[in-house]
Amino acid sequence: MKHQEASLRVVSASPAPTAADPAEAPPVVDILSAEKVFANGMRGLAPIDLTIRQGEFVSLIGPSGCGKSTLLKLVANLHQPSDGRIAWWRGDFRRVGEAGRRLAFVFQDPTLMPWARVDANVRLPLDLAGVPRAGAAPRVAAALEQVGLGRHGRHYPRQLSGGMRMRVSIARALVTEPNLLLMDEPFGALDEFTRNKLDDDLVQLSWERQLTTVFVTHSIYEAVFLSTRVIVMAANPGRVFHEFAIDEPMPRGDAFRGSARFAELCRGLSAVLTEASIASQRRD
Amino acid sequence: MRPSIKKPLMGQEWFVRFASPALVGVLLLAVWQAACRMNEVPVYLFPAPTDIMATLAREWPALIGALGSTLAVTLKAFALAVLFGTGLAFLFVQSRFIEFSLFPYAILLQVTPIAAVAPLIIILVKDTSTALTVCAAVIAVFPIISNTTLGLKSVDPGLLSFFRMNKAGRLQTLWRLRIPSALPFFLAGLRISCGLSLIGAVVAEFVAGTGGRSAGLAYEILQSSFQLDIPRMFAALFLITVTGIGLFLLMAGLSRLLLGHWHESAMESES
Ligand SMILES: Nc1ncnc2c1ncn2[C@@H]1O[C@H](COP(=O)(O)OP(=O)(O)O)[C@@H](O)[C@H]1O
Ligand SMILES: [Mg+2]
Repeated sequence: MKHQEASLRVVSASPAPTAADPAEAPPVVDILSAEKVFANGMRGLAPIDLTIRQGEFVSLIGPSGCGKSTLLKLVANLHQPSDGRIAWWRGDFRRVGEAGRRLAFVFQDPTLMPWARVDANVRLPLDLAGVPRAGAAPRVAAALEQVGLGRHGRHYPRQLSGGMRMRVSIARALVTEPNLLLMDEPFGALDEFTRNKLDDDLVQLSWERQLTTVFVTHSIYEAVFLSTRVIVMAANPGRVFHEFAIDEPMPRGDAFRGSARFAELCRGLSAVLTEASIASQRRD
Repeated sequence: MRPSIKKPLMGQEWFVRFASPALVGVLLLAVWQAACRMNEVPVYLFPAPTDIMATLAREWPALIGALGSTLAVTLKAFALAVLFGTGLAFLFVQSRFIEFSLFPYAILLQVTPIAAVAPLIIILVKDTSTALTVCAAVIAVFPIISNTTLGLKSVDPGLLSFFRMNKAGRLQTLWRLRIPSALPFFLAGLRISCGLSLIGAVVAEFVAGTGGRSAGLAYEILQSSFQLDIPRMFAALFLITVTGIGLFLLMAGLSRLLLGHWHESAMESES
């Protein structure tokens, strides 16, 4: 493809190893010709093949309606593929939840329980798993500390700002010590400043914890800043249009955000996105 | 209540909430009193507020007994409505099949005027007090059914997904998600239903007439009207109104207690 710039490496044809050599890392999610046709006959996703490896931060970006959320829900097992299949840690979904195979999902909205205090909200997945209170308390405190809300455990969600509520939602995901973190436009509703701050923290967190992350976004800057790999999708039907590796070392910070290289990567991604949205127009 | 010096009286919370309605009440009573006295309206035609209070004091033993009887019917009917209403609501949300087959009949309860069915119930049910309770409960049950059903279904779909993803069981989802989500709706239903229980009890007593042995406030009103004792009618009416307000405040207090810290409907206006 002509639009590609020197610093963007195409990996769709043959996955080239990046700095940490993720091609060697074991697969976390294998999407094997998974496709989705909805009950109303609408073709949400054309067959998709995609492997997400240990330690990767993969962003899904594309015009709205291209099936990003659908793909993420397939990975979360919230939807079942109409055809093809998905493997988690080379196994099926029944084993997800065991040690080393934990999965957590962060929604676009914080989806907190308004009647429960922040600490009870964060404790919810532990409560559902039957973890005793005494054992849960230090884990909840640690998760809250990790998202910078150590002093807000006794508050109710409505007493917090939008950014803080999103942090609670992330703490609730982290408390189960997930290995795979799935996030669907988690910071989409937040202002630029709050979003950058949360992006910084997320980079730090996923690096420290060696998380594997799949992240849906509609922000080019966010995708470039966070990801080790960006997957551009196109619609009608939903499919993978293009892939980039972004081999800037982790953890990243403001220095990367202000660099000429960052701007260049963003321009390149923007050009591909424009092509993807042209390719997404209906032909019927 | 924090007295702030800067705010004008009209902007202060306690004034708006308590003092201003009280002031309106006092004003209306004063106008009423003055109109009766200045036009020299005879007490037996239209009593002034002080006359009503005097009657209330004089007739207290009879009236308080009647109040007790009406209140007992009201509370029993309310309890019955809550029990059956929530039970049916839980049944309705179990399956669409159950809901669609039963809900039309719940609406039937709502649209049938109680005065039309009360005579039937009173004839069919031997014990008058039980008959009255059933009538009142029939009126009071619908808001509980509809509100609780709506509440149990108004669960944040995101939270429901979260529960499902964490492999929550049916009971866990019910206890930790559906019931708390339904609580504000249920409490709104209680507020409406407690008023309807009282209305139902009084209407049923009217229909039962003076023949019944359990003599409630409606019975007192009927008796007084036969004797053209208008001040006594007013006194009984006053007791019904006060009871209604008391029940409503009780329910509002319960809502505040249970929801105060998280739900908009029970929140203090933040200024
Ligand atoms: N349950 C569903 N039934 C029918 N169509 C759906 C359903 N969910 C999503 N879609 C459609 O599938 C397409 C992809 O949706 P989605 O994955 O939410 O897109 P994105 O997240 O990329 O904006 C959209 O056109 C949407 O309308
Ligand atoms: Mg989406």
